[in-house]
Amino acid sequence: MTHAHITSAFDEELKYLTRRISEMGGLAEQMVADSVRALVNSDLALAQKVISDDAILDDAERQIGEKAIVTIAKRQPMAADLREIMGSIRIAADLERVGDLGKNTAKRVIAVAGSGIPRKLARGLEHLAELALIQLKEVLDVYASRSPEKANSIRERDEEIDAIYTSLFRELLTYMMEDPRNITPCTHLLFCAKNIERIGDHATNIAETIYYMATGAQPQGERPKDDMTSTLGSVTD
Amino acid sequence: MSEAAVEKALDQKMNTVPLKMIGKDVSVYYGEKRALFDVNLNIRENTVTALIGPSGCGKSTFLRTLNRMNDTIENCRVTGRITLDEDDIYDPSIDVVELRARVGMVFQKPNPFPKSIYENVSYGPRIHGLARTKADFDEIVETSLQKAGLWNEVKDRLQEPGTGLSGGQQQRLCIARAVAVSPEVILMDEPCSALDPIATAKVEELIHELRANFTIVIVTHSMQQAARVSQRTAMFHLGNLVEENDTDKMFTNPDDQRTQDYIMGRFG
Repeated sequence: MTHAHITSAFDEELKYLTRRISEMGGLAEQMVADSVRALVNSDLALAQKVISDDAILDDAERQIGEKAIVTIAKRQPMAADLREIMGSIRIAADLERVGDLGKNTAKRVIAVAGSGIPRKLARGLEHLAELALIQLKEVLDVYASRSPEKANSIRERDEEIDAIYTSLFRELLTYMMEDPRNITPCTHLLFCAKNIERIGDHATNIAETIYYMATGAQPQGERPKDDMTSTLGSVTD
Repeated sequence: MSEAAVEKALDQKMNTVPLKMIGKDVSVYYGEKRALFDVNLNIRENTVTALIGPSGCGKSTFLRTLNRMNDTIENCRVTGRITLDEDDIYDPSIDVVELRARVGMVFQKPNPFPKSIYENVSYGPRIHGLARTKADFDEIVETSLQKAGLWNEVKDRLQEPGTGLSGGQQQRLCIARAVAVSPEVILMDEPCSALDPIATAKVEELIHELRANFTIVIVTHSMQQAARVSQRTAMFHLGNLVEENDTDKMFTNPDDQRTQDYIMGRFG
């Protein structure tokens, strides 16, 4: 990575992919932050903006995919160049999914608005979103620096998000049991929490992709997991 | 068996492939100029080994040491040791003509003899005394042309001159000619550089098939070709062997920065 390509047009093509990925990352971050703000404040206009922004992200992913295919066909890239291009395709797909999750949260704003989210739950969601956004922001910084060490450390931090998600899940179940009228809004909030938790997973995916792009090896070891909700079916206490 | 286990078993198999040729501390001098510096490179049996590197890196020079083609160049001196099976091929007792029957060669430009297709293939077996009767020769010619994937295209015109074939066919004729004397190793020096993509694909397919019966060493300037046809790749630079690795590893994640720069087309 120390030298430029002999054909400078190839460098331009790689730079294009990097630039577009960074743009996608910025927009995805913005959408997630807006969607949670819209949810907590019952801001329908902001929710609508998130929904329409998703189309931009979808377009960007398609354009990155097409450019990557053309670059592979034209340049027949090898080694780090090939990993770079394949990585771009995968990261673009992850960011596109992050956008979808933000959009899904935004769509639920209408259903939840008016039912008055308890302050405590809203704070829980905000905190979850904060962590997911920090992770997303950091992974985008790592994308710019391509540091495999930092990519690995992000991967190890997904645990915290999972733990908070598990406690939110528990809390929402309790509300639903207290009063059946809470079931509709709480179910939506459960999906919103799940959406945010999934964003952490995508950030982790991206970290793993960056690690592979930089080193040519897969990160070692299992991904740390602290999402216990799959066994939380029968909370009665 | 899981996929990973199969991969592992294959890798282990790769590492236990017997060595057909061993090059130890091989150096080559053209007069005062040293072209190769203590190259240690082993050639595995029934494996396609690709030699890559920029022009003047020594890859062709190394290839030519494997069947003593450098002997024909005045002032050329080879030091170190190269063995074929257990035999030191630079030992004075070695018959060079016999060596070149065991280690055949295909060149960059197709160079059929100005004779018939039949004669091109039967010439080697004739001078090496591999056949006596017409029927024996007929059989060698047919099987060799079949191995070279050329039989169906030329079976009705074996008496026509080899030089009348297309470039790609001529190159496959040269491969048939090399195969006819039943060599153990076939050296190929940029065998596709003068061919169009279709003829190139045919020769590559042929290399893939020949691997079952022969050990192949190929010099190529095309990274993609090296990646497609070989199992092992050796990278040369300024007369040194820089890296030798499994081809899959070499083209996805090479160990040496110079290999990386070269295969990615960056300034090195």
